[in-house]
Amino acid sequence: MQRAVSQAMEAGVRALPILSLITFFIGMILALQAAYELRRFGAMSYVASAVALSMTRELGPLITAVIVIGRSGSAFAAEIGTMKVTEEIDALETMAIDPVSFLVAPKFVAMILMLPCLTIWANFMGILGGALFGVWQADFTLGRYITASLDALYLRDVITGLIKSFMFGITITAVGCHEGFNTGGGAEQVGRSTTKAVVMSIFLVILVDLIFTMLFFFLGHD
Amino acid sequence: MAEKVEQDERESADNGPMISVRDLRVSYGGGREILHGISFDVQRGETLVILGGSGSGKSTLLRTLVGLEKPTSGEVWVRGKNLAVISDAERDEIRKHLGMSFQGGALFGSMTVGENVALPLREHTQLEESTMEIMVRLKLDQVGLSGFEDYLPSQLSGGMKKRAAVARALAMDPEILFFDEPSAGLDPIIAAGIDQLILDLKKAYRMTIIVVTHELASAYLIADRMVLINKGDLIAMGTVPEMQNSKHPKVRQFLDRIAEPAVAQELDYLQMLTEPATKSSAGRQGKSR
Repeated sequence: MQRAVSQAMEAGVRALPILSLITFFIGMILALQAAYELRRFGAMSYVASAVALSMTRELGPLITAVIVIGRSGSAFAAEIGTMKVTEEIDALETMAIDPVSFLVAPKFVAMILMLPCLTIWANFMGILGGALFGVWQADFTLGRYITASLDALYLRDVITGLIKSFMFGITITAVGCHEGFNTGGGAEQVGRSTTKAVVMSIFLVILVDLIFTMLFFFLGHD
Repeated sequence: MAEKVEQDERESADNGPMISVRDLRVSYGGGREILHGISFDVQRGETLVILGGSGSGKSTLLRTLVGLEKPTSGEVWVRGKNLAVISDAERDEIRKHLGMSFQGGALFGSMTVGENVALPLREHTQLEESTMEIMVRLKLDQVGLSGFEDYLPSQLSGGMKKRAAVARALAMDPEILFFDEPSAGLDPIIAAGIDQLILDLKKAYRMTIIVVTHELASAYLIADRMVLINKGDLIAMGTVPEMQNSKHPKVRQFLDRIAEPAVAQELDYLQMLTEPATKSSAGRQGKSR
């Protein structure tokens, strides 16, 4: 339990600064891109809903996942891989401690708790980034922009995003730990399995994203 | 053979050998066979040194004895149970009575020395935190690391790491203690200190100790008996004097530190290149280490 908390600190809380910055920028980029098209129809007031929807449904969970892959998925592979190389995994086994439940379980708990939390925060920062553009270029006040965003969102949009982020958490932990345990002998193998964990995680996260987006699309009729 | 095995099982349950290996074969990944049918016994309270060159399979043998490798065939009896056939739960039960000190220490880098030593106690016992603290201090005292509870492994020297690893191996008061290359990477003085530690443990607890090494000086000092492994075969077994008086060519080669003929020739050739004037081929034994 104590190990899960420290993992959650590392994977979650320490990711906040970089996550905030990036999702704030993403929110602005989304607003700019939406405005490029909406401007032609004189529909700049829809910027808020465009940003809010694409953030909560898609980019919030996805960007969060990518950042967490870079910070934690790679770290899992490197940590477990190094432990394998230095015989620490063997040491656990000879002490009759199951390496999987000892090392992997706390990471799973931390990730499936922290990823949805981070995603909520990412959504919020993205909307804030969009608001900066809205106030600056589209005659919004901050209050009106936030209200417009919230009006555009249904609870379902947020929930589907969070379900996805939950699945991403499972994917990232599974891939990172799996690659770690599959590390061969030697230090360069640790580097290789770390790289593999990152590439594989990004691929699988996008695949899971596609599957769940399709699922929500056909189940939700929206 | 079958009768013999049953007898072994009966014996090792009470006063028979602590470890009994019968016709053990191990191969990696289904392909290359590392150990080609090895048999030997280790008595209670005995210190057995497993000698062998690099790649001889001695580390694989040790890993098999603690259940990290599975035999392809043969039997490995430890504390009256055959590791080759028992369930994971039974194997873990046996492991609680074993302690293993790995070559590089294998301490957990994110935990302090104290937490490392406490880990087996925390996972397998219901001891109070305060009791555990006393146990940890006791174990660290035994290996000469008093007061190092709060250090991280990265803050320790090589010899201290190894001592800390021994303390962790001792945490559960094991009946059998395994050492993989205890003096590897240590200077002669520190290595002698580790040898002394092994001797002390042997005297204090009458523990069964199994040491894998290629350090002859250390082997002569600590061994009750030695076995020599060469290319996956057990070449010879005996007490220190028996081994020293052995006429077996491979034993002589190992104990007298004579290089393989091909390697020796290569060394002579190198020597010719570096000292063209002397053209010396004398003193092969001394120079071809």
